[in-house]
Amino acid sequence: MELLSDQGLRLDGRRPEELRNIRCKLGVFSQADGSAYLEQGNTKVLATVYGPHQPRGQSRNKAPHDQVFVNCQYSMAVFSTGERKRRPRGDRKSQEMSIHLRQALVAAIRTELYPRSQLDIFVEVLQADGGNYCACVNAATLALVDAGVGMREYAVACSASLANGEVALVDVSHLEESSGGSNLTVATLPVSGQVALMEMSQRFHSDHLPKVLERAIEGCKDIHQILDGAVRKHVEETGRASGWGQVDRAGIAL
Amino acid sequence: MLTTKTFLRKTKRGNILKIVREHYLRDDIWCGSSLCKNCSLKEKDKVLDKEVISNVSSVFSFPHYLVLDTNVVLHQIDVLEEDVLENVIILQTVLEEVKHRSSPVYRRLKDIIENPNRKFYIFVNEHHKDTYVERKPGETANDRNDRAIRVATSWYATHLSGSQPKAKNKHVSMVLLTDDADNCQKAKAEGLIASTVYDYVKSLQDAPTLLDKLSKKDGVFEGGSKEPLFPLHLSPKEIQDGLKAGKLHQGTFLASRENFLEGSVNVEGFEKFILVQGHAGLNRAVDGDTVALELLPESDWVAPSDIVLEDSEDDPGDILDEEVKMEKEKAKAKKVEREPTGRVVGIIRRKWRQYCGILLPSQDKNSVRHLFVPAERKIPKIRIETRQAEKLKSQRIIVAIDAWPRTSRYPLGHFVRALGNVGDKDTENEVLLLEHDVPHSKFSDQVLSFLPKLPWIITEEDYAKRVDLRGLTICSVDPVGCTDIDDALHCRELENGNYEVGVHIADVSHFIRPGNALDKEAALRATTVYLVDKRIDMVPELLSSNLCSLRGNVERFAFSCIWEITKNAEIVNTKFHKSVICSKAALTYGEAQAKIDDKNLNDDVAKSLRGLNSLAKILKKRRIENGALVLASPEIRFQVDSETHDPIEVVAKKMLETNSMVEEFMLLANISVAEKIFQEFPDCAMLRRHPQPPPSNFDPLIKAGNLQGFEINVESGKQLAESLDLALKPENPYFNTMLRIMATRCMMQAVYFASGMLQKEEFAHYGLACPIYTHFTSPIRRYADIIVHRLLAACIGADSTYADLLDKRKSHSLCHNLNYRNRMAQYAGRASVNLHTHLFFRNRVQDEQGYVLYVRKNALQVLIPKYGLEGTLYLAPPKGQVAKVNFTYNEEEQSQSYGSIKFRVFDPVTVQLSLDRTNVQHEKLMLLLVKPEIPDFSVPSQAAADEAMDVDQVKDTAAPSQPPSKRQRKSK
Repeated sequence: MELLSDQGLRLDGRRPEELRNIRCKLGVFSQADGSAYLEQGNTKVLATVYGPHQPRGQSRNKAPHDQVFVNCQYSMAVFSTGERKRRPRGDRKSQEMSIHLRQALVAAIRTELYPRSQLDIFVEVLQADGGNYCACVNAATLALVDAGVGMREYAVACSASLANGEVALVDVSHLEESSGGSNLTVATLPVSGQVALMEMSQRFHSDHLPKVLERAIEGCKDIHQILDGAVRKHVEETGRASGWGQVDRAGIAL
Repeated sequence: MLTTKTFLRKTKRGNILKIVREHYLRDDIWCGSSLCKNCSLKEKDKVLDKEVISNVSSVFSFPHYLVLDTNVVLHQIDVLEEDVLENVIILQTVLEEVKHRSSPVYRRLKDIIENPNRKFYIFVNEHHKDTYVERKPGETANDRNDRAIRVATSWYATHLSGSQPKAKNKHVSMVLLTDDADNCQKAKAEGLIASTVYDYVKSLQDAPTLLDKLSKKDGVFEGGSKEPLFPLHLSPKEIQDGLKAGKLHQGTFLASRENFLEGSVNVEGFEKFILVQGHAGLNRAVDGDTVALELLPESDWVAPSDIVLEDSEDDPGDILDEEVKMEKEKAKAKKVEREPTGRVVGIIRRKWRQYCGILLPSQDKNSVRHLFVPAERKIPKIRIETRQAEKLKSQRIIVAIDAWPRTSRYPLGHFVRALGNVGDKDTENEVLLLEHDVPHSKFSDQVLSFLPKLPWIITEEDYAKRVDLRGLTICSVDPVGCTDIDDALHCRELENGNYEVGVHIADVSHFIRPGNALDKEAALRATTVYLVDKRIDMVPELLSSNLCSLRGNVERFAFSCIWEITKNAEIVNTKFHKSVICSKAALTYGEAQAKIDDKNLNDDVAKSLRGLNSLAKILKKRRIENGALVLASPEIRFQVDSETHDPIEVVAKKMLETNSMVEEFMLLANISVAEKIFQEFPDCAMLRRHPQPPPSNFDPLIKAGNLQGFEINVESGKQLAESLDLALKPENPYFNTMLRIMATRCMMQAVYFASGMLQKEEFAHYGLACPIYTHFTSPIRRYADIIVHRLLAACIGADSTYADLLDKRKSHSLCHNLNYRNRMAQYAGRASVNLHTHLFFRNRVQDEQGYVLYVRKNALQVLIPKYGLEGTLYLAPPKGQVAKVNFTYNEEEQSQSYGSIKFRVFDPVTVQLSLDRTNVQHEKLMLLLVKPEIPDFSVPSQAAADEAMDVDQVKDTAAPSQPPSKRQRKSK
């Protein structure tokens, strides 16, 4: 399968450097301390954050005394893929995803602010169409922001692949993922340019890696812009209800 | 700038799956026309002309762009390849459909598109916001695509009308070409200008030549019987259901070379090929097609017929015959020899290509319908329509098949192009290169641009990177006239009594860098093809005959493999490095042999050669003890006239001690390199394996051996080698060689593969009896060796790797191409020898000693060692003539007898060789029996014939198997 046509279009009509359409919403649940819903093309993810709260159950022993214990859980809804999933959570793959998720988020959260406490982050994939991990990191970031957890900056993830052995593609869809090539997933702190996690499904040759990585980081920066815009809009909207940040006709803060 | 549109698709994968994919529609896809003022096109994207010549077509005498329907591209690609059609818009819908339906046509279409002079523009209508069409409920995919094409055409019309004047003769319109009547009608109803290809081409100025190239897909030629001759093919759905239910089988159809009414189908899961026979059984399958096959009940199984059957020479019309003969055979076949038999019920995929051949002279001079005879005997004749028959009748032409309707005895096709006059050596060479798919065009400028600039000098930097071996006494040993010398050797005694032996291979990978056009071209060609009078190089001549060639007394880059070897030929250690060498002498095999044999000669070269020779003998002995096979195939060399390049003499290739000396060290180098690269790159090392043939392959060999009273043990290579050694007949010295020739034919092909694709146990090379093997020693003429060089260079840190080198899937598909090209090169080489044999016998008739290789029902296969050729000696007279001499065929004993004379396998016979030129178009070598003499059947020996020419002629007219024309020629 040709991932990139001679006219420079991908299978779904995007150009190599174009992201899928991202739509997101913060504060979708009132029960949780923070929540967010994010669509990246057809990949749809729901993230909820509980805490920081007192460590409960087994994690009471695990929780370090000088920083917050971050508990991540990744799960996929049984209806998220073409064929119904048997186990929505707790299988090997989900466990691995949970660990990776934790690694990326811990890098962004100011864990030292909440010693002897626990932070629960639950992420559920409602529909899977490639780049599940990336969507989860991005949604979890929004949920953390919504919960008001102190963070250094956003944790943003993006994937990239290589078409025809030369052109790097950003934000890989399921179709492109499953066509056999190698995929690179990277989670970054885009403002400082730090990389929190990097994973490859197969090896890239060292000639190709730099340009694929660069394309993925470029993608992270683009996503950061979108997320940041969404957060600002959200804050503006919620603030308006309480009158915060609004200015009366005379220009005096209410 | 993105609009999303999701659409649903359902696929069946056991259970029904719902697949949702995104489909982005864009507003930045441009129309590609230079006259458009709305699109922000870059200069290079302006493909379509502003000023279109308006008077090309008599019907559409206004400027226009063409839009093509899928069926036009699929079936009329030969017309599209002509330079006449310009300013064509290919829609993405069409491109995708073509890609899906036929990859060869897709490739050809892409070639056209890439040619800037043709002005073909791809419009991505599927992702354009105004031209995307959603499938309506109940609409078939085909109808939806047709609608998409119409929508895009009308979009173009309105889009462009804004940017140009209204006047009709200046206004560029859109013309939709389609062969789908329904689509054409609908388009016209929607107010578009549409036409069939036939009408359009007819209206062009160059119509006559183009019309010949039009495919006759739908139009069945007039005339001929309308009664269907063949059973109906099943529909794709019925085939799918049948395959799933296990009632039908899928396989590749292979036509028989000897009997045009017989073929076999290679079905996965069956040990033997499944036999198909007769017009109805073959049911219009052409060699190479993937077919659906129905297995007949066991009671209807038959044995493969032993007769050699050729399609009649004239045009019989649409009637089937010859079946009668076959019917009789069936009845006689014994139970034991019956093979699974089936019949073709449907075609899954056609593998039609273009075929070289000639026109059959037609009785009616003015007729436009002609029969075409392909050069490949496995392909049936093709009926074509041409108005240039008079011009083409003496030429080799290329024809493509369009269709094979039930009512036609032969497939219908159309003329593609002419190659040149029949009998011209250049034309014939061209034919055999085309038939074997050998890329033989000149190297393009782009490829040549990657050659090193002359004068080429070795810099200090190069010396620093390489080991300097210029001081060693290195020499090369090659056949006479060899200009692409890729290996050289040296040998010297070390102080500790051991030998140091080096094999130095031309460092081609230094010049051919991965990924550039030169590399890609070499990878495509895969191998240098050697014809008798011509060499089709894999790399440009500057490299093959100069910079890479390890010529005498010049400094050259080499890749050296150096061993320390004890006097008993045990390897102590192995080293590899890139080096600079200076060969002291470029010898031929004969010269090297003379140096070794000349006792008085004691220079370094001679000493070195003697050392090598003594080691080689030990190595060879050890290899044979391990079970390596010594096989034989008749190899000959033509001595070619230097002026006319016509063959003047045939000599069998001689094997000298030095041949085997060079061979031994090449084998040793290959094995050492194979071990090294496999150790370093277990996943992607390019190796070569030779699988052990399945025991059933050896059946003919064992049978032939048994009849002569020898037991051939084929359990392992070693046992086979031993039993071949023992099978000697003092009264027939050629017997052993013939057995070995037969054994060679039982073997499988050796193939390249990527080590990651197979288990280690499968790596073995059966013929050489070694567990691992590769090709390292001929990088000038084999691409596999270049890859191996690159891998080895990476192993020793002399070069860096690149992505494709380490990708086992890429290597796998590369191997696939290499194997295919190698096989084709081999066939092409053989075909060239054949061609020259024909040229050689054009003006002579000769008696030669031959041996019976196989006994068939109506013929003997005779091997003539002197020319290394195999011919058929027909025992039964041609159709329509009464046999004077009736031979009795004994299947059990594999013999043919008449009176006291009996022909068995391996029996010596004397035959008269001549070229049968009765059919100018299809010359063939004819064999006639001279000895043993059989009155009324055999012909007198050559010497006698010359004396009694007159008598001879009288007698000849009576002899049934004698073609009269040949004798007349001779008497001139």
